[in-house]
Amino acid sequence: MSIDTATAAKVAKLARIKVEEADLPALAQEFNAILGFIEQLEEVDVKGVEPMVSVTPQRLKRREDVVTDGSQPAKVLANAPDAREGFFSVPKVVE
Amino acid sequence: MSDLNKFTIADARDALRAGEVTSTELTEACLSAIDAADSLGAFAHKTPELAMERAKAADARLKAGDAPDMCGIPVGIKDLFCTEGVPSQAASRILEGFKPEYESTVSGQLRDAGAVMLGKLNMDEFAMGSSNETSYYGNVVNPWRAGNSDAALTPGGSSGGSAAAVAADLCMAATGTDTGGSIRQPAAFTGTVGLKPTYGRCSRWGIVAFASSLDQAGPMTKTVRDAAIMGHAMMGHDPKDSTSADMAVPDFEAMLTGDIKGKVIGIPKEYRMDGMPDEIETLWADGTAMLKDAGAEIRDISLPHTKYALPAYYVIAPAEASSNLARYDGVRFGYRAEMAPGDGITEMYEKTRAEGFGAEVKRRVMVGTYVLSAGFYDAYYNRARRVRALIKRDFDEVFSAGVDAILTPATPSAAFELGKEVSDPVEMYLNDVFTVTVNLAGLPGVAVPTGLDRNGLPLGLQLIGRPWEEGELLNTAYALESAAGFVEKPARWW
Repeated sequence: MSIDTATAAKVAKLARIKVEEADLPALAQEFNAILGFIEQLEEVDVKGVEPMVSVTPQRLKRREDVVTDGSQPAKVLANAPDAREGFFSVPKVVE
Repeated sequence: MSDLNKFTIADARDALRAGEVTSTELTEACLSAIDAADSLGAFAHKTPELAMERAKAADARLKAGDAPDMCGIPVGIKDLFCTEGVPSQAASRILEGFKPEYESTVSGQLRDAGAVMLGKLNMDEFAMGSSNETSYYGNVVNPWRAGNSDAALTPGGSSGGSAAAVAADLCMAATGTDTGGSIRQPAAFTGTVGLKPTYGRCSRWGIVAFASSLDQAGPMTKTVRDAAIMGHAMMGHDPKDSTSADMAVPDFEAMLTGDIKGKVIGIPKEYRMDGMPDEIETLWADGTAMLKDAGAEIRDISLPHTKYALPAYYVIAPAEASSNLARYDGVRFGYRAEMAPGDGITEMYEKTRAEGFGAEVKRRVMVGTYVLSAGFYDAYYNRARRVRALIKRDFDEVFSAGVDAILTPATPSAAFELGKEVSDPVEMYLNDVFTVTVNLAGLPGVAVPTGLDRNGLPLGLQLIGRPWEEGELLNTAYALESAAGFVEKPARWW
């Protein structure tokens, strides 16, 4: 499995990280080094082994489906880079 | 009394309760030590006013006779923990200016027990790194130096600030977190003790998430006894973390008898790596002999899938990170990039994340994105989770065959020079070769300093225990610590 610059660009896009065109070959090379390392896993016989979901055998706890929190919009917005009139503010999403 | 900052937690606790010293005095001593140690880069945010306020409150509590073990003890908190009203940015630009409106459960438990937070400790960005060189704040420098050299060494990572601060006596202890070795490797590089508890022992609520199925907080201390005391204060069930274990936390300190007669210690052959330095081999053999002399039975064991732990980790951890770090988008908190005319929301996300994340974080987020992407999910992610199940099975089998604890080296080398390994990511990942299995299997592990290399740098051994048996594990670590008699401290140059 070898990653080319087009795949690197696609992955960057999926991850929503801007990567300059000129940096894509180096990025692809890094991916290949890491994936080459990961590919050792193909040597392992995993027939009949279930993928691990949880490392501890405990069942996840459930709770009543009720509101336990809320009514603190000022705290929720306190760290926003741009908040106006009780909302997070972002650039135009829909034309 | 002088050198109050050099106290252990246990000694400070006893002196506080006897009225021989006040928390205010201990805190002042640590604050001056911190101010004199800026060249180490250990503290990213200092909180002296808050510390003095909490020290005074602790003194009042001590006077009233209502003092838990951690009451009045000055500690440092890794920057990964959200601390109310105090910058908490995981050493990342993307959380610049972020001051949480809430406190993480673990740091909150320490605060409620009366511990005094001195400030936030430097670390690798989002806990991704093994040398503390990925921090937006800059490097942490190890207080230890090799021989007569004045070359700057890594304190390890990702809890490098925590390890350096404890080793340099800037605080009595510190919190760390460990996803692949981030408590135990820096502890080994700085001659300190680091405990990673069983997955689920410490609540993850309010700790900036890296890889949720692997992350676990733990204490970084000067002694095993201190790890028992502080670990106890950090652990416990938390309804806000669905993976937190609803189990009683025993009094670990009371379990430190040093008696390990008849305990079975496993020595895994797969941890004898090609090209391992002689000094590590010798350290390991010496530690084995110490436990044998203390009455333990030594047994050769096999953990056949050890070799595949690092590659499995470098699928699972980036996959979980790519998901966890999706929340940093410039909308709700932290950094937002400057926009160009005509930029829409996608450009805002892409620029914010490109400018806000450092190189290693971007690399791991993108690797994680790739292994989770359509067509590769089964080949990479599911395969890694199957291998993880086999790695856990290896441990289950040796424990059910009667092994009580496993002894291994903590790291493949002593602390290396800053800048030396940073250029090759895969080379850097090998630092965690002995520690990462423990995270994948969810087990408790502890690094204990047991010797020095030929350049006078500390080296540590790792003990791995059965799940939920931190008390037994710490008792074995206590026996090892007592036999090794490691008392060396770095010579002050900073």
